[in-house]
Amino acid sequence: MSDAEASEYTMKYIITLSLLTLFLSSAMMQKNTVSKSKSANFQADSGKIIYETYCLPCHQEDGSGVPNMNPPLVNTDWVLGDSLRLINVILKGLKDAEVNGDSFSNEMPSHDFLTDKEVAEVLTYVRKSFGNKAGAIHPEDVKKQRAKK
Amino acid sequence: MRHLILSISLATLCMSFKPIDKTPNKTQKLKADADNGGITLPKGFGALVVSEGVGKARHIAVSEKGDIYVRLSKLKDGKGTIILKDTNGDGKADETKGFGNFVGTGIAIGNGYLYASSDSSVSRYPMKNGIPDESKPETIVTGLELYGEHGTKSLALDDKGHLYVTFGAPSNACQEKNRVKGSKGMMPCPILDWHGGVWQFDANKKNQKHADGFRYATGIRNIVGITWNKEQGELYAMQHGRDQLTTLYPEMYNAEQSAELPSEEFLLLKKGSDFGWPYCYHDRFQNKKILAPEYGGDTKTQGVCEGKDKPIMAFPAHWAPNALMFYTGNQFPAKYKNGAFICFHGSWNRAPLKQGGYFVAFVPFGKDGKPSGDYEVFAEGFAGGAEIKSANDAKARPMGLAQGTDGSIYITDSVKGKVWRVIYQ
Ligand code: HEC
Repeated sequence: MSDAEASEYTMKYIITLSLLTLFLSSAMMQKNTVSKSKSANFQADSGKIIYETYCLPCHQEDGSGVPNMNPPLVNTDWVLGDSLRLINVILKGLKDAEVNGDSFSNEMPSHDFLTDKEVAEVLTYVRKSFGNKAGAIHPEDVKKQRAKK
Repeated sequence: MRHLILSISLATLCMSFKPIDKTPNKTQKLKADADNGGITLPKGFGALVVSEGVGKARHIAVSEKGDIYVRLSKLKDGKGTIILKDTNGDGKADETKGFGNFVGTGIAIGNGYLYASSDSSVSRYPMKNGIPDESKPETIVTGLELYGEHGTKSLALDDKGHLYVTFGAPSNACQEKNRVKGSKGMMPCPILDWHGGVWQFDANKKNQKHADGFRYATGIRNIVGITWNKEQGELYAMQHGRDQLTTLYPEMYNAEQSAELPSEEFLLLKKGSDFGWPYCYHDRFQNKKILAPEYGGDTKTQGVCEGKDKPIMAFPAHWAPNALMFYTGNQFPAKYKNGAFICFHGSWNRAPLKQGGYFVAFVPFGKDGKPSGDYEVFAEGFAGGAEIKSANDAKARPMGLAQGTDGSIYITDSVKGKVWRVIYQ
């Protein structure tokens, strides 16, 4: 797993991130004792870290994308719509698709190296950030979608 | 119209008779806008806004008559090129017309023709009385493979009847799966057979295919700014360096290192040049080409990269140099003569550091055709006041450059298509 690997390296940035992840995942372990809505919050927070590591370079800090190159993740049909289709974008990548009527020159690379839990967390983060309001994505759905391949 | 030309010529005549006037030029009639159209320039320079917005502007060319041709990346009222005319000599466009029905980046005027590219072809129109004849298009290059990433075609014409066309690589680093973490670099990189370089065509032969062209230079990930330098008789261009060293190889590059690597390279392209992409990238801190991690690199090893061609100048990473022009006019002070202007479109992937670029640089050149000093910021402030966190924050992004017959330079913006004319007063 990338977080475990990364902690071997001395970059302040990533150490802080890993510590945060550690803290968050230990908090998640007690998830049975906390209410459902609260656990979704924790998911979104660790999703933020995954977003900053893997998605931010292309989709930018505020999810606004890069004109003509990388699409926004703000109120797009892809983000807010069918969750299985959204999971597929992360697992398989996307090319030559339109987003809100615009086309973009780059392609979305597959991120199937992320675990089911990480995919669920980052998508939940995206679905609840940048002004988006859509339901959480669950690791079981990612698992099912990955198995369908 | 005739009156107008008469009075303009009379005015010019009068001016040249004024004894204090050492350099008679038309710009003395031009007045910079009070705010220079929102950009900042060195002392003595001013800018006026030719047009507030023509659409999603790309490259630009100016005809002998002073008409301005701006390529678009999105059709505007069904047109892919916008023509701006200034009929009263105040520098502002007072006539705007569309031209051609295809979008694209490249444009060049030469050989008595106006050349324009789409992402899959190059067409030209004969110039008649200084105006391209839209009814007589000729297809010069056709049937090029269409792809999104680095798919735009920039153009340059030399003085020997050749047309140069850029073929950006549809890839970041020639991985088996583009930009996918853990995917290996292909060896050898098959993309280089048809892309990742500059191809030379006959500027006067119709319906050439990609295979009719000659691979003039290779090992170049993507070029948007390219130009023929008449003084030197050489081709120059700006390479966009690769992205994502940290997302693909977090164990070797932290986010800051990835924001500062690799260099954006200023290239002098000779026939047969090989600049090393995808096997190599340029590191301006170590001042050499380094083996890419996809090909076994470890941030220091050079390997095959030792023998690759070097840039003539290296710029900070990800600034996206999108236009290159050598100044041959007489309007600007002497130090600008034969030097290079470069539009840095502006970065989107320098997080967590500040984004950079979003300005026009000047590089002084020596007689040997190499930079004679460091680059200077020439025009800045395009993006608007606040710090740019993501590319969408930028109000304007400098995209295209051209020189007018009177030695003014023109700059286009890709966000709204604002066009500035920079003059020296
Ligand atoms: C290399 C740049 C890049 C990276 C890294 C990247 N994306 Fe994308 N993404 C794209 C591009 C380009 C598209 C549009 C592809 C198309 O138009 O066919 C896209 C499309 C999408 C879409 C669907 C379209 C939309 O805008 O709503 C979603 C959702 C998305 N990406 C989420 C993510 C997430 C989450 C991550 C991190 C795990 C990520 N992307 C990483 C470039 C990238």
